[in-house]
Amino acid sequence: MKWSVVVSLAMLFVIAPLLPGIAAKTRARLTGRRGAPVLQPYRDLARLWRKGAVYSRDTSRVFRFAPIVLVATAAFAASLVPLDGQRAMLSFSGDFVAFAYLLALGRFLLVLAALDTGSSFEGMGASREVTVAAFAEPALFLAFVALVLATGNLSLGGALGGPLSQAWPGAVPALAMVTVSLFLVLLAEGSRVPVDDPATHLELTMIHEVMVLDHSGPDFAMILYGHALKLALFGSLLVGTLIPRAALTAPLAIAVLALGLVVVAVAVGIVESVMARLRLNRVPQFLTAASALAALGVILLLVG
Amino acid sequence: MPRVVELLLLLVILTSFIVLGTTRLSACIRAVAVQGLLLGLLPLALYPGGSLHIWGLAGGTVLLKGVILPRFLRWAIREAAVRREVEPRVGFALSLLVGVVAVAAAFAISRILPLPERERAMLVPVALATVIIGLFVLTTRSKAVLQVVGYLILENGVYLFGLTHVERVPFLVEVGVLLDVFVAVFIMGIVVFHINREFDSLDSTRLTELTD
Repeated sequence: MKWSVVVSLAMLFVIAPLLPGIAAKTRARLTGRRGAPVLQPYRDLARLWRKGAVYSRDTSRVFRFAPIVLVATAAFAASLVPLDGQRAMLSFSGDFVAFAYLLALGRFLLVLAALDTGSSFEGMGASREVTVAAFAEPALFLAFVALVLATGNLSLGGALGGPLSQAWPGAVPALAMVTVSLFLVLLAEGSRVPVDDPATHLELTMIHEVMVLDHSGPDFAMILYGHALKLALFGSLLVGTLIPRAALTAPLAIAVLALGLVVVAVAVGIVESVMARLRLNRVPQFLTAASALAALGVILLLVG
Repeated sequence: MPRVVELLLLLVILTSFIVLGTTRLSACIRAVAVQGLLLGLLPLALYPGGSLHIWGLAGGTVLLKGVILPRFLRWAIREAAVRREVEPRVGFALSLLVGVVAVAAAFAISRILPLPERERAMLVPVALATVIIGLFVLTTRSKAVLQVVGYLILENGVYLFGLTHVERVPFLVEVGVLLDVFVAVFIMGIVVFHINREFDSLDSTRLTELTD
């Protein structure tokens, strides 16, 4: 295994909490506020980590497992993405499916934990989260199908590595649509505006936040970290699709990825400050549009 | 300029999708206006030489489909003071899916069709898809204004199909078609206005209540 793979993975793990911080800062600046420091998520994580966890007497072991599984699955999924632009730590034929369902597994455990508390609010949040996930999944898979068609390579490491840079010149419209679709999926999966609002603290309007109300201390820190890691993962998929970095040297490729992630976070912040949250019954429509874009990309690749 | 043509055709499809997926009446009209502008640019990109015929066609299309008709439709909704929402009979998400299926079907069908010219491969499928989407909008939206929009999209599809044979179609025929569309939309606009005055709504389903 090359050192660059390990370094890039470590870089992703370190940089992940920065992304929500940058997005929040961008949003604050654009709406005329000063905003919390960019490094605030790290401080939050440290503070939560020092605290003790409180467990309700009604919860079972599932509730305690969920945060660990969330971080573990996200970290495992990260090892499937070619972060240094050339190869992933793990790569096998069809690891797209593993990537999608590892993240789904983390979410599934989180939903179970939410239901485990027996709180009606958390149950509602869980149901909403699953609804959003169900609509985001086809878009993600159609984007993956498009990447496979464009590169003829069945693994994430293979497709996002070398072949994609050769595929871009011949299929600009299709891949551009796939990129946009991936960005919309990122907004949904990362629980950002227009699908969910990370800044809201009203139970009736929250989706992801309401699901994790009962977690505290280190458990909550893990959930926050796992969620940030997920956002970073989708961000690196997006950067990997838009800027194939196979031709760059490893340090440069990692630097480009880090820069790209920062740009993605800023873009998320801009979207959050210019858009209002969608009404809940409009969310499926938003994600169907993402699927439609990806499907159009697939059709174009099949024809072209 | 095959690249530019491809891009323009793609944008045409995307504007049709916007009409399928958007909830606002004015956004639909804006999308159709953009589609009209794109259609006007297409002949210039397809035939870069640019005879007077092509320029006339492009100019006429931009003027009529990109400027006059949308402005007229906007006037119609303002005068009739309709509600701004689309209120479709088939949901937006489902409409978008139908749109994707239409595009896929159009590409599949045009592979089977014995088309003489291969170099304009995308023109025919996009034309077919636009016709299908136009027909879909025409049949599933109950607002009379949106039915006019559907008719315009349908006509845009026909126009796209016609672009494969621009050199062989006399200019006069095209001008005639454009004029027909203009008159048709004009009459529809006036009908829309009168439906609204008669029923206080633009819901075309109410027309079934008409009696002598």
